[in-house]
Amino acid sequence: MIAHVHHENINYLKASKGLKNWLVTVDHKRIGMMYLASILVFFVTGGTFAGLFRFELWSPLKNFLTPDQYNQFFTLHGVIMVFLVVVPGIPAALGNFILPIQIGAKDLAFPKLNLTSLYLYWIGAAIALYSIVAGHADQGWTMYAPYSLSRNPSVLWMMVAAFILGFSSILTGLNFIVTMHNMRAPGMTWYRMPLFLWAMYATGIMQIFATPVLAITLILLLMENFFGIGIFDPALGGDPLLMQHFFWFYSHPAVYIIVVPGFGITSEIIACFAKKDIFGYKFVAYSSVAIAIIGFVVWGHHMFVAGQSELADSIFSFLTFFTAVPSAIKVFNWTATLYKGSIDLKTPMLYALQFLFNFTIGGLTGIILAILSVDIHLHDTYFIVSHFHYVAMGSTMIAFIGGIHYWWPKMTGKMYNETVGRTAAILVFIGFNVTFFVQLIMGSQGSPRRYYHYQDQFQIYHQISTVGFVILAAGLFMALFNLIASFFNGSVAPKNPWGAKTLEWEEADSPPVLYNFKETPVVTHGPYAFETEKA
Amino acid sequence: MDNSKTFWLPEKASTFVDTVDPAFDLYLWISIFFFGLIVILITVFTVKYLRRRPDQLATAQITHNLTLELSWTIIPLIIVMGLFFLGMKGYLHMRVAPSGYMQVNVKAQKWSWGFEYPSGAINDTLVVPVNTPVKLVMTSRDVLHSFYIAAFRTKADVIPNRYHALWFQATRTGIFPVQCTQYCGTNHSYMLTAVKVVEQEAYNEWLATASDPGKGKTPAEFGAILYQKRGCSACHSVDGSKAVGPSWKGLFGRQENCGAGGMIMVDEAYIRESMMVPTAKVVMGYQPVMPIFKGVLSEREIVALIEYIKTLK
Amino acid sequence: MANATAGLPEHHVAHHFDTANQEFDSIKTGMWLFLASEIMMFGALFVGALIFLTLHPAAFREGANHLDWRLGAINTFFLLTSGLTMGLAVIAAQAGQQAKVRMNLVMSLFLASGFLVVKAYEYSLKIHHGTLPGRLWHGEGFHDPFVHVFYGFYFVMTGLHGLHVLIGMGLMIFALTRASKVQFSRSYFTPIEMVALYWALVDLVWVFLFPLLYLIG
Ligand code: HEA
Ligand code: HEA
Ligand code: HEC
Ligand code: CUA
Ligand SMILES: [Cu+2]
Repeated sequence: MIAHVHHENINYLKASKGLKNWLVTVDHKRIGMMYLASILVFFVTGGTFAGLFRFELWSPLKNFLTPDQYNQFFTLHGVIMVFLVVVPGIPAALGNFILPIQIGAKDLAFPKLNLTSLYLYWIGAAIALYSIVAGHADQGWTMYAPYSLSRNPSVLWMMVAAFILGFSSILTGLNFIVTMHNMRAPGMTWYRMPLFLWAMYATGIMQIFATPVLAITLILLLMENFFGIGIFDPALGGDPLLMQHFFWFYSHPAVYIIVVPGFGITSEIIACFAKKDIFGYKFVAYSSVAIAIIGFVVWGHHMFVAGQSELADSIFSFLTFFTAVPSAIKVFNWTATLYKGSIDLKTPMLYALQFLFNFTIGGLTGIILAILSVDIHLHDTYFIVSHFHYVAMGSTMIAFIGGIHYWWPKMTGKMYNETVGRTAAILVFIGFNVTFFVQLIMGSQGSPRRYYHYQDQFQIYHQISTVGFVILAAGLFMALFNLIASFFNGSVAPKNPWGAKTLEWEEADSPPVLYNFKETPVVTHGPYAFETEKA
Repeated sequence: MDNSKTFWLPEKASTFVDTVDPAFDLYLWISIFFFGLIVILITVFTVKYLRRRPDQLATAQITHNLTLELSWTIIPLIIVMGLFFLGMKGYLHMRVAPSGYMQVNVKAQKWSWGFEYPSGAINDTLVVPVNTPVKLVMTSRDVLHSFYIAAFRTKADVIPNRYHALWFQATRTGIFPVQCTQYCGTNHSYMLTAVKVVEQEAYNEWLATASDPGKGKTPAEFGAILYQKRGCSACHSVDGSKAVGPSWKGLFGRQENCGAGGMIMVDEAYIRESMMVPTAKVVMGYQPVMPIFKGVLSEREIVALIEYIKTLK
Repeated sequence: MANATAGLPEHHVAHHFDTANQEFDSIKTGMWLFLASEIMMFGALFVGALIFLTLHPAAFREGANHLDWRLGAINTFFLLTSGLTMGLAVIAAQAGQQAKVRMNLVMSLFLASGFLVVKAYEYSLKIHHGTLPGRLWHGEGFHDPFVHVFYGFYFVMTGLHGLHVLIGMGLMIFALTRASKVQFSRSYFTPIEMVALYWALVDLVWVFLFPLLYLIG
């Protein structure tokens, strides 16, 4: 105990020095920062793969990749983006850092477990990288049997990687939920919790309950590859549709594991930069939980043309439509929050508004996929590709980047250049929409996805999309360099530069001290208790 | 009726267009409405309530309004329930073929399609009469594929060891692309063919000649036809260029290095074995991806193919 | 380091917790959540097996009939009894009776090993008869062509469960070493309770596995 005392008032970045101290740390803030750095590295990697095949698609003929390379690249892009970037993404990086501070705790409930999940993440990532050189993984991120049963070593390593990453994700979710249940500071009631935490809670539930099913799917796939157990392999009497059910039972909740944290960040940013209490706090909070629950019963909407019974298709379609309701609640409540606020278009706010814009498009294009007859036409076309980039990149990653900008002063103690930040945000907005909006059109025109070679009539759409990518990449790199530059020579950040009302801003230093607070805070008001202008 | 493509949807050529396109268009307007509403509100609020002084606060803290909450819960709910019924109605129609249909069996393999008619005709493109319901009973010889005709708005996965059916009724004559939409490996994007919709008389004529493709032909000529119709051309060239499989040019009599299998001289027996048990000896430098043709090719066809390969010097 | 003569050992609450109660509650919530995720993992397998059962009931029945239900019943007995002794270990820990804790842990370990011995014997029978899953199958005298899929499920499910038994035994040994060093007291015996909870899951899964695999048919 005594050894800690003289550390207590030193900020966490300075508390101890050297790589070794970082690698064995159990401080949630350091673990969060290490996650953040790793995730961004993989985001750039995944984005690079996307760039490579987007340029290949410049013309329908071969440009510089072979069909096999193309297939490997979109597989790597999908696997890296899903399992190494967006699924861990916001919770592991920002959640880790912010969650304990927002509830007024010294750390997560299980700090060592937290470090374990980071190591599992690294091990999984290393194996995923190894699988690139182990052969040629080209099974697509969906790993459908029997194509994935080729005993290709690279595919197998990729499955092992996803398995390990799954455990990392379960442990993070578990840690968060326990912390929220048991470690809240005095006065921090459930309804005083910032909406980011409600989002983390809903995400945690999905991580704990859905990810084990991915684990078992991967175990079965590996067993099928090694021993030919005949459960999925049609050549041995198995059922390839069962594999798809298993996969989507995880991967549909996973898409909400991806987006719900983004909801959380958006709520924080909008409230803070409109200086408004969130409109309909309880509705926004519970709609996250509702999405988490509904998300468990709709997986079959990915299999409308796969050969399910008509009854199953109809039921899954019916249930899927219910996801529109809590999502609508959120979108309208955020919009209503702006009403009579005092809106400051700082960089994080630009990302939050982009989120609203993109999520509305992404969500609305999701609903059309739930319309059975229309999905028969749209399934596995670029329309789907566009839909999920609008929600995963356009919503989640945008919220993530917005969140990084929002909490950057807290995490690093430095202010970034506001003008550069805003310019980058605008470039990202334009680039993203140029890249993916045309994909909606070419998709509904019937251009299939995962196509190296395409019909000539789609060339113009592909070219516009590739141009969009260049703008998007320029914006993203600009944002990244702006942040990195501020780390070295940004001005010192004040404790609460945005005037927010949550604990991490009001009570903790920028950057926070080793155990977050000099003394345990006592919470006396809600998370968005902003004042109003005197008349 | 205007059958050409619109901004959003491709050309129209089957009865399903009547259910899918209106649903798509209706939904498009619903989306434009909601999207427009949200974007307009955000813009108006942002402009109107923009912070002009650094210390400016909100003018009111409105935290909830039950009427509003209920309306944006219930209105979307009603709309989506409507959409569900609309979609399900169209979909059930797409799933249940009307009586009096004509059946064609479809065999998919990496990376080609084979269509087998009850009369015994086999072909690598689908030829169907106009205004007649056609039911396809599909199966795959290797991995999953998916049969997609954009102009018909229909699609279904093709599954190994199972039969999955799909039906349609073409509304006009023409040639429409058929694409594979389930990822199936290297040449997934080249797994293309076409559906040729013709008048009934033309169809009858075609069927009569197609039902007996070998008639009046030498085995080698018949083999050349089979090379196309049985999908060998997806992986083997006849001009010496390397594709997924070795070229057939100069194959007969060549020495092949089969790795562990040793050097092999290509003769009738080896070619036959390559078709029946492709994995028995795998040529160096190639993946063992060739489908098994045992039970697929008749004895007459095997002989014809071998004879054809012999002619490719 | 506490030793046997030091009387009641003291437990240090980790620095980020305020009270021992908070720590205990956290660990307990965490354990329950972990068990929930385990249940989802096994649950998925059960659902898969049930789907197979509805698709090919005859294959399932034939496969199940070929398993010896008596061996399954013996194993059920072993596991349920070990569940009981683990429960007794917790009760003893609550009462601070350290010797009884150790005794019950040893009993549980003993019963668990019994389970594994029987399981190993069963596996060797399967290997002998060639009733192995899928590609490894060389069983003879079966009618239904899908029986090997039943064995696919059998081996994956019992294998995964067996792995859990092994982990559970590892945890018991860990608890036992700590108990022999008398690191527990009436006010601190969290690890024993957690091991017992985990073991209850191992029991529970088996209670469903046994009828599904052995008794249907
Ligand atoms: C972050 C990830 C994310 C999110 C949030 C969503 C959200 C939704 N998705 Fe999406 N989806 C994916 C990621 C995601 N999806 C991915 C990765 C795939 C493809 C995987 C692959 O095949 O590789 C996919 C594929 C996919 C399919 C399968 C298509 C196919 O393959 O044929 C379907 C079908 O129903 C679907 C539906 C939906 C629906 C209904 C929502 C809903 O939750 C959306 C709800 C939101 C709104 C509706 C907007 C806000 C509401 C309003 C503005 C109110 C007014 C609205 C109405 C009145 C309708 N998605
Ligand atoms: C969340 C996940 C995610 C994200 C973020 C992205 C991002 C992008 N994706 Fe991808 N994509 C998938 C998930 C994702 N994708 C999945 C699952 C598939 C399906 C795979 C399959 O079929 O199996 C897919 C498939 C897919 C396709 C279809 C391929 C095909 O079917 O043939 C295309 C085509 O255009 C595409 C393009 C892009 C582009 C241009 C981006 C761009 O947005 C990328 C932008 C990123 C960069 C340019 C890197 C630079 C980044 C920085 C400098 C960091 C900045 C950091 C800060 C500011 C802090 N993706
Ligand atoms: C999916 C791709 C694919 C299709 C379709 C295909 N093959 Fe092949 N074939 C291969 C590959 C790859 C090899 C080389 C590896 C091997 O020997 O198995 C091969 C090898 C062969 C060989 C041995 C060639 C040599 O150089 O030794 C013969 C003969 C052959 N195929 C005949 C056929 C016939 C006849 C058909 C159609 C009825 C056919 N193949 C269809 C992929 C294919
Ligand atoms: Cu066949 Cu894709
Ligand atoms: Cu989904």
